[in-house]
Amino acid sequence: MYDMIIIGAGTAGLTSAIYASRSDKKVLVLEALSIGGQIVNTNKIDNYPGLFHISGYDYSMKLKEQALDLGTEIKFEKAIDLIKNDDNIEVMTEKNKYKCKSCILALGVVSRKLNLPNEKELTGKGISYCATCDGMFYKGKEVAVNGGGNTALDDALFLSGIAKKVYLIHRRDEFRGNIKTVEELKKKDNVEFILNSTVTKLNGKDKLESIEVTDKEENKKILNIDALFIAIGQIPENNNILDIIDKDEKGYIIAKDNDMHTNIPHIYVAGDIREKRLRQLVTAASDGAVAAVTAIRELNK
Amino acid sequence: MNKIIANKDEFKKLVRDSKETVIVDFFANWCGPCKMLSPVLEELGDKYKIYKVNVDDNMDLAEEFNVSSIPCVIKFIDGKEDSRFVGMRSKDEVEDFIK
Repeated sequence: MYDMIIIGAGTAGLTSAIYASRSDKKVLVLEALSIGGQIVNTNKIDNYPGLFHISGYDYSMKLKEQALDLGTEIKFEKAIDLIKNDDNIEVMTEKNKYKCKSCILALGVVSRKLNLPNEKELTGKGISYCATCDGMFYKGKEVAVNGGGNTALDDALFLSGIAKKVYLIHRRDEFRGNIKTVEELKKKDNVEFILNSTVTKLNGKDKLESIEVTDKEENKKILNIDALFIAIGQIPENNNILDIIDKDEKGYIIAKDNDMHTNIPHIYVAGDIREKRLRQLVTAASDGAVAAVTAIRELNK
Repeated sequence: MNKIIANKDEFKKLVRDSKETVIVDFFANWCGPCKMLSPVLEELGDKYKIYKVNVDDNMDLAEEFNVSSIPCVIKFIDGKEDSRFVGMRSKDEVEDFIK
């Protein structure tokens, strides 16, 4: 039996693992896809205190090494069922069944989709959710970015140095993201802001050829672009194991207090999947530490 | 280590001229998800024929196969593209794709 099973090997999950392993607890981390979670798409992290300019991948690898070095077990299996018994918790994956005394839910988030026809078919053929991964393919071409937060702004800035032209499409007239980045974008000759507008059609057969953009007055415009980078935010990861856990109307898990308690004893929440205002590496790490320390304190209650 | 195909000639020999099922992983060194997928493909490399193509060194191949998002993994059967996926996948998902 494990002292703790952590679901998710992103920043929150691995920070929980580090804290629990250092307290000499038997810890298992279950990861469905890859270490690091969302941050792997980021080329350069500039706002994590003490880690200037590191890539998302390198940061994720450091986290993994640290957790493993301290004795954490990491398995690449997707959790598909969670049962709370009187004196233990059972976690089922597609391959195995595990028992533990405490569980930390750190499943994270996934990119929000536009949910337009053709979106799935054209993903990888002009539609992308990762500008830093795919921007290089569009040297000298015309592209668009959709979104209003930091990811969209950073993407647009990154692409302005590669593409011939960048359209930045946002449904409001003000950006949610960093004002300094907005100012930098305004100075770029090849960046055009298309505000109060949404993407309404994705056109193309074997690859993206154009998009239709509609503004608040229902005026429509066609942009002939080679790529659309979608950066319209994220939604909580969905999984049946969360059926017994209290969530808000958007699907984020509710922490009852500052100690990361969920509605179920011995089950805690940490990271982006928690209902909270600020989703950053640093808040995920903080949640992970608090959840682990709370879990350990309550192990024998 | 899954073999990195160096150029068009090697690609012809190992992929186009092959009668078997061959998997080609289009990647780049600056792509985070590519680096995450790599060890998954390494583990499967003992069971299946998996090759890697660096898109920076082989822009012609990337363009020929309309690769514009990476990682892009293409399954070739008898030298022709059968199917592909883009983005990170788990080991089970990749194996299901190959089979």
